[in-house]
Amino acid sequence: MEQLLQDSALVEQYLSGDENALETLINRHSQRVYSFIFSKVFDKDIAEDIFQDTFIKVIRTLKRGAYNEEGKFLPWVMRIAHNLIIDHFRKSMRMPKFEGNDDFNIFSVISDNALNVERQIIKDQVEDDVRKLIKELPQDQQEVLIMRMYKDMSFKEISEITGVSINTALGRMRYAIINLRKIVEKNNIVLTNQ
Amino acid sequence: MANLYTKKSADYKKIGPKRETINFLLNYSKALRVVDYEEIQFETLLN
Repeated sequence: MEQLLQDSALVEQYLSGDENALETLINRHSQRVYSFIFSKVFDKDIAEDIFQDTFIKVIRTLKRGAYNEEGKFLPWVMRIAHNLIIDHFRKSMRMPKFEGNDDFNIFSVISDNALNVERQIIKDQVEDDVRKLIKELPQDQQEVLIMRMYKDMSFKEISEITGVSINTALGRMRYAIINLRKIVEKNNIVLTNQ
Repeated sequence: MANLYTKKSADYKKIGPKRETINFLLNYSKALRVVDYEEIQFETLLN
């Protein structure tokens, strides 16, 4: 409250011709106004320009006697700054830069889908574990599973090579998967890459 | 009294406008005169 009264008193002093009152007002609020502008434009030079334009407008309005917001000096200055920031973005038709801002990192939105080193190692381990587990399966199931999953053969081709019907090949594949699951559950093996 | 184990960053610098900008504004204010003539206001910069 004291601060508000002091602001209004300084404005009055300035209006009656005391230039030092303006210096006090600017020094008192410069950091807050400048930080506000900088937080929107993220550019020191642009912030400096907008800060200057803000106070030029303040000075002109005061000198013309058009200021009528007694006791609300800072919110009034902030509103002028806010409007000038909007004007700046309208003029330049550009979005504020996000780089170098701690609050928002563009790389948290744009992700790299490639696995990092740690995940690649885990993936290799999981694949290695699966290969070991396959060796635990009965020979006929092992054969079908390897041809289907690693050699990418169709069940028709598998049935031709192994000399069994397609249905038998399908059945062996099904049991191979069931048995693999059983081994994983029985041995509490974790096969995941999360 | 408990010790404080935090130190103020040496790089800590308050963000604010340049001194030249503030000086410019103060000089602008000193130079600006608004003259009322009937219902019209004239602004003059006395530099």
